[in-house]
Amino acid sequence: MSAVSLEPGKTAPVAVWMWTAGLIALAAAAPFFLYPVFLMKALCMALFACAFNLLLGYVGLLSFGHAAFFGTASYITAYTAKVWGLPPELAILVGVAVAAALGFVFGYLAIRRQGIYFAMVTLAFAQMVFFFCLQAKFTGGEDGIQAVPRGYLFGIIDLNHPLVMYYFVLAVFLFGFGVIVRAIYSPFGQVLKAIRENEPRAISLGYRTEQYKLLAFILSAALAGLAGSTKALVFQFASLTDVDWTMSGEVVLMTLVGGIGTILGPVVGAFLLTTMENYLAQAGSWVTTIEGGIFVLCVLTFREGIVGVIAPYVMGRRARPEPPAEEVQVEEHEVEKLRQAAGEGD
Amino acid sequence: MFEWLHIAVPPAPLFFAQLLVGLINGAFYAMLSLGLAVIFGLLNIINFTHGAQYMLGAFCAWFLLNWAGIGYWPSLVIAPIIVGITGIGIERLLLRRIARLDHLYGLLLTFGLALIIEGIFRQQYGSSGLPYTIPPELQGARNLGFMFLPNYRAWVVVASLGVCLATWFVIERTRLGAYLRAATENPILVRAFGIDVPRMVTLTYGGGVALAALAGVMAAPIYQVSPLMGSNIIIVVFAVVVIGGMGSIFGAILSGFGLGLIEGLTKVFYPEASSTVIFVIMALVLLVKPAGLFGRTA
Amino acid sequence: MSRLAKLAIAAAVLGMAAGAQAQTTPDTIRVGVLADMSSLYADLGGPGSVEAAKMAVEDFGGSVLGKKVEVVSADHQNKPDVGSSIARQWFDQQNVQMITDLTTSSVALAVQEVAREKNKIIMITGAASSDLTGKNCAPTAIHYEYDTTALANGTGAEVVKAGGKTWFFITADYAFGHALQNDTASVVEANGGKVLGSVNVPLNSADFSSYLLQAQASKAQIIGLANAGGDTINSIKQAAEFGIVEGGQKLAALLLFISDVHSLGLKTAQGLNLTESFYWDQDDQTRAWSKKFFDRTKKEPTMAQAGVYSATMHWLEAVKAANSIDGPTVIKQLKSKPINDFDIRNGHIQDDGSLVHDMFLYEVKKPSESKGEWDLYKLVATIPGAQAFKRPHGNECPAVKG
Repeated sequence: MSAVSLEPGKTAPVAVWMWTAGLIALAAAAPFFLYPVFLMKALCMALFACAFNLLLGYVGLLSFGHAAFFGTASYITAYTAKVWGLPPELAILVGVAVAAALGFVFGYLAIRRQGIYFAMVTLAFAQMVFFFCLQAKFTGGEDGIQAVPRGYLFGIIDLNHPLVMYYFVLAVFLFGFGVIVRAIYSPFGQVLKAIRENEPRAISLGYRTEQYKLLAFILSAALAGLAGSTKALVFQFASLTDVDWTMSGEVVLMTLVGGIGTILGPVVGAFLLTTMENYLAQAGSWVTTIEGGIFVLCVLTFREGIVGVIAPYVMGRRARPEPPAEEVQVEEHEVEKLRQAAGEGD
Repeated sequence: MFEWLHIAVPPAPLFFAQLLVGLINGAFYAMLSLGLAVIFGLLNIINFTHGAQYMLGAFCAWFLLNWAGIGYWPSLVIAPIIVGITGIGIERLLLRRIARLDHLYGLLLTFGLALIIEGIFRQQYGSSGLPYTIPPELQGARNLGFMFLPNYRAWVVVASLGVCLATWFVIERTRLGAYLRAATENPILVRAFGIDVPRMVTLTYGGGVALAALAGVMAAPIYQVSPLMGSNIIIVVFAVVVIGGMGSIFGAILSGFGLGLIEGLTKVFYPEASSTVIFVIMALVLLVKPAGLFGRTA
Repeated sequence: MSRLAKLAIAAAVLGMAAGAQAQTTPDTIRVGVLADMSSLYADLGGPGSVEAAKMAVEDFGGSVLGKKVEVVSADHQNKPDVGSSIARQWFDQQNVQMITDLTTSSVALAVQEVAREKNKIIMITGAASSDLTGKNCAPTAIHYEYDTTALANGTGAEVVKAGGKTWFFITADYAFGHALQNDTASVVEANGGKVLGSVNVPLNSADFSSYLLQAQASKAQIIGLANAGGDTINSIKQAAEFGIVEGGQKLAALLLFISDVHSLGLKTAQGLNLTESFYWDQDDQTRAWSKKFFDRTKKEPTMAQAGVYSATMHWLEAVKAANSIDGPTVIKQLKSKPINDFDIRNGHIQDDGSLVHDMFLYEVKKPSESKGEWDLYKLVATIPGAQAFKRPHGNECPAVKG
């Protein structure tokens, strides 16, 4: 499972910065045109998907149980905000901390396995969390935790105003996104890439690969938790849907559709899927069928995802994504090599 | 408060009764994890669609009864064949295309298929169960003293034991099974011997799917025919397979029944934990023996 | 697949996402029917409730205050977060002024919070939890048709008085089940009975065997089913399988709708006591309206569906009389007069939002007594509103607390 759009460890090309600036400007203006609650949901899911993609695209581990971190943080934040009366920033911090701790425990146990085993193990752990949330008194079971107060950020900023809340969520998203970008474009990110491409070689070079993988797992879990905590405050609600394994499946789909291993892919995928679900909310169970159809289609024919397909045209030849290793089109590879030899610096 | 009573002194009748109910659940876990283990062990495919195919088996039995007037006993044979054929279709058309790719794509593809199937049925039939009556020959219950054991549930335990043992026998002790096992290890060599490996792969997938459908038919009278029945049970089955060892047929059978019993036991002492206990055991097994109880190290 | 084709698909999908927002027409007033359309409660509310709402709008004339009235509907899938998201979007974006049905208490409670925040009206006909007008009461919410207090005072009291002193509850593990268990336990104890124990069951469970075994082991005289819809049907059917009744215990189905009895069949359900607020065959008034409903849906109405018609109709009348769609204003109008129609008898909305009205205790007929597919109940007693909705432990709603 490997598809990378930009080389980790090197500084991102100018085009990426320009696009990022443009998108941020768009995001800042968006709530005046679109329904803010919808946008906030999309942002939370985007952060969740990015956190998931960190593990899948850059470490090569498919976790099918990421909803455990998302949902647990959601519950913890909801509970601390409502029952303990914590201000929003503290409630979110506590949620993230618990998600990270959970990430450490699950990661430690799951890292021992690879590939499919890893996926199944994470899925089963997530299910354990689900049943725990179902039974535990503080989560409210099927009722969930309702009427979570948004409170005053740092004691002064009233988050009940939709526009204010939106900018807060946007800031949280950009922070989380920034952490991921920073992690990838760093020596840490380079080691991760090395591990993904050839773990035995990385070990032979002296890297404690287990530790790197675990660290990436915890980071991914913490950021997924950040997304969940924020979501709890947006909807003022924490429920079993957040820890359900179908939520884990959705984030996989978002990343797959958007482009595994691309920076913006999960964001695109998240926005797309949230929009689709919004549109089709009246259509009942067809949403599930359509999501399944997209999954199948993507796996069969569209593995690079949207960003994977569009990136070369948008960002210039420099950043052509590698298609997933198994399906290398030989001709294109040759052409690529020639082009790169013909002279691009970098 | 009542829980303390349970922990201190479980009434013996309740104890045995819950164990028996657990054994019945275990029968389904065993049959389903058997199909999964066969498909994975021999074909290296994670068949996430397994739960949906279990559901298809139950629905097939329901359709046969309500549209064609075909009762339970013939459905036990017909439904698995029908669903098995759809399985063959899936393998031929879809799975074969991604066989060269990372196995995780197989997981995602079958996951997507499961969503499609479940979505369609949920749209048509809602998400509460449709009734399927117990066949008249198996209605009624036997008073065992400590509980009334419905005859149908007794039949389920016996039948699934039989099916599991028969499958294990075919794979481990017959020539056909030997070919299958050889084909997994070294398909090119086996092909060189003139054995049609792709066809065996297809038929094996169809066979595993048929097993799931058979479990579905047997579940229909007990668990109500519902589009959600597959997704409810699939993850537990995955956990069972991980515990038993991903490639081990015997491990799957033993773990299935064993975990059903443990679940029943938990219901006596600490009912709220009964749904989590299987995953806790899985975590423990992973710590101690990562390949599963009977698995071969990957 | 060629790069170009993939690019085209990607562009098309992104383009689709751009046209994502629904338009609202401010000149249309909408009534929202938020129900379980596909799961275990779909038969008692569901699409039937949507029809009932449409009937009410049509009978009222299709418009009020010069604007067209439209019915929208959605499936909350028994998930409170789904329900509250839909309600929020309906209020914010689609000019929905009133939401009704709201089967499933956890969803009703969640939507009530949204209604409280936005000061919009909800009229709950499907959900039962007495917390809706108790500790969670809201000024713009009306609990219309029935609640767990009435069920406890009806079926609960009746069963205890008939000799069922010891109880074991099988409870749906969410707001409704807990409320029903608590309210019934209060009534049982107030009448000299005792609760021996209980077990919580996840919503929409298929297999009740282990819970029934626990109930059997408790040796309680009565097994109280604090659940509804498909859960109750499964509990009763499987109780028969496990010889519960032969063992000497009795089942008390604390919430039973006519759709459930129809599903179970008289052979299984005969003799069961139940409390409802509406029965299609009760008198000429009910029969007249039910015939119109039957003509449209081919099924006789449940009390939740009748409630949707009645609530929608009264809301439209109140809007007209108050000349406004503002939530608190219309509520004031609704509370100012008694409510009396084919569905609600001698009804009056209290300060806590509960519509106190007459409830009826029925018994399911024996197969020999029934003369038609839907001839299922015989009336045992009429319980006046004040008695039916009396809470033994008082009410925590701030609006009525002393």
